[in-house]
Amino acid sequence: MGKTLVEKILAAHADEDVTAGKIVWIRIDVRSARDFGGANVVKNFKKYYPGEKVEDLEKTFFTFDCNVPANTIPYANNQQVCRNFAWDQGVKLYDVDAGIGSHVMIEEGIGYPGTTVVGTDSHLNIMGAVGAFGQGMGDQDIAFVFKTGKTWFEIPGSILVNIKGELPVTCSAKDLTLFITGKLGTKTALGKAIEFRGPAIDKLDLAGRITLASMATEMGAIIGLIVPNKEVLEHFGHTEALTPDADAVYEKTIDLDISNLKPQIAKPPKPDAVVDVESLKNVKIHSVFIGSCTNGTYEDIAKVAKIMNGRKVKPGIVATLVPATMKGWKRLLKEGHISTLIEAGFVISNPGCGGCASGQIGMTGEGQVHVSTSNRNFAGKQGAGDTYLASPETAVASAILGRIATLQEVE
Amino acid sequence: MIFKGRVWLLLREGKLIDDIDTDMIFHNKYLAITEIAEMGQYAFDNLEGYKDFAKKAQPGDIVITGQNFGSGSSRQHAVDCFVALKTVCVAAESFGAIYKRNAINSGFPILTIKNIDLGQVKTGDTVEMDSEAGTIKNDGKEIGTLEPLSTVQKDILKAGNVFEYAKTL
Repeated sequence: MGKTLVEKILAAHADEDVTAGKIVWIRIDVRSARDFGGANVVKNFKKYYPGEKVEDLEKTFFTFDCNVPANTIPYANNQQVCRNFAWDQGVKLYDVDAGIGSHVMIEEGIGYPGTTVVGTDSHLNIMGAVGAFGQGMGDQDIAFVFKTGKTWFEIPGSILVNIKGELPVTCSAKDLTLFITGKLGTKTALGKAIEFRGPAIDKLDLAGRITLASMATEMGAIIGLIVPNKEVLEHFGHTEALTPDADAVYEKTIDLDISNLKPQIAKPPKPDAVVDVESLKNVKIHSVFIGSCTNGTYEDIAKVAKIMNGRKVKPGIVATLVPATMKGWKRLLKEGHISTLIEAGFVISNPGCGGCASGQIGMTGEGQVHVSTSNRNFAGKQGAGDTYLASPETAVASAILGRIATLQEVE
Repeated sequence: MIFKGRVWLLLREGKLIDDIDTDMIFHNKYLAITEIAEMGQYAFDNLEGYKDFAKKAQPGDIVITGQNFGSGSSRQHAVDCFVALKTVCVAAESFGAIYKRNAINSGFPILTIKNIDLGQVKTGDTVEMDSEAGTIKNDGKEIGTLEPLSTVQKDILKAGNVFEYAKTL
């Protein structure tokens, strides 16, 4: 019987048979903690392994991205707890200037196709974008992996999501992602691995793959995997990728046709409450956020800058923007995109997560209507406002017009 | 194993609430807290209809809820707040994947409900859940059934948590 992609990746990290449903011990290539959860990882490590060292310094990382630099004293304390531990142990630390941990790992080639990556970030399954297994975990789980280098997994069953047709030129990877999230809801893939397949998936660039894989979490999935294409393999200097067997067994195959897809948007308060953007054209907005692990790449933001060139954010609209990584930030600066965006009326912050986990940028007040390129719009998550989730194109068009709009309306 | 306690049914419009995410269980504004004892007071303080849960909850309570409980972030706090309140267990129709791991590894009991007759139980009743027999009983009468615990969950519960469990391997 053939193996799915998740079974193959995990089997390469186990000493026993890996089949969906089995509980198997898996070797972990990359073990990480961030400023959120990190201090508790340290606390648990010291409690259960007093005076001991992490199992492998080459494989252990801290990545600060939630609240960077700390804007509360408790966060500052927690970051310092992580720093002290990192310095004491010799663990590599990506401090408050680096950007979103998962993106840094992909940029730096720390996590690459076929690897297993864990950390205290529920969107670490973003590693599925490069055909790696990533998993967010709590602080006890991570403390355990820091020390042992392995953990148990119940091998997930797999769902094949077959995307038929080409992505229309009016749509981007986020529209595709929201469309799939709307179709799958939160329960179809709950606790499962998804494999995304189809010609439109093959053509997605790395940034687009990151967008799609990042929202596997909102689909309830353990991970959403995409087999790397040539561009992704070249990014890591690889020539070959792990692929699922032709006779792999899937619990379910879901065919979705995107030939006639229109720009998509998720209504508050659920990421799967997805509708066509044009159905909400009359909704007035107060603010826009561009960034997050879903849409904070250089490519996403350069795209926004090109649209804003010569245009302005509508007066009265608060438009904030947070690039995912410092590397991306520097490139945007060098190519002039940062000044374009500032001239257009954007408030730009240093790299990081933005507002997702009590960060700094993208909070909403009561009655505020907000369009975000992020991945979650749960009630009260980032304040009392109503958050719509959309593509960078839709977000920027909405910022220009002061209401929910498609890019086609401003072009 | 037997889990017995005073029940909280998390209901909306007569149905168990689905998709309660970690920001509803333990909001991100409290994430810098590292002391488990301080976490209990914030349990469900962003869950509409249950914002006073932490004030009214008593040691020995059982929480019963719907599908995909604990979806969202990886925060351990969303499990630890119930540990702080000395909640006996959380029983849900299904759990978010990370939440499930966090609960299992920390040795906090979570049970998966196969079916439950909501007509025969109300908040405040004393309910008994038997993970071996797979039964939910209210005043001796069977009102529902449970999925069996996985071997690893049983072993970790027995050992206390994943750290203790690892020593037995």
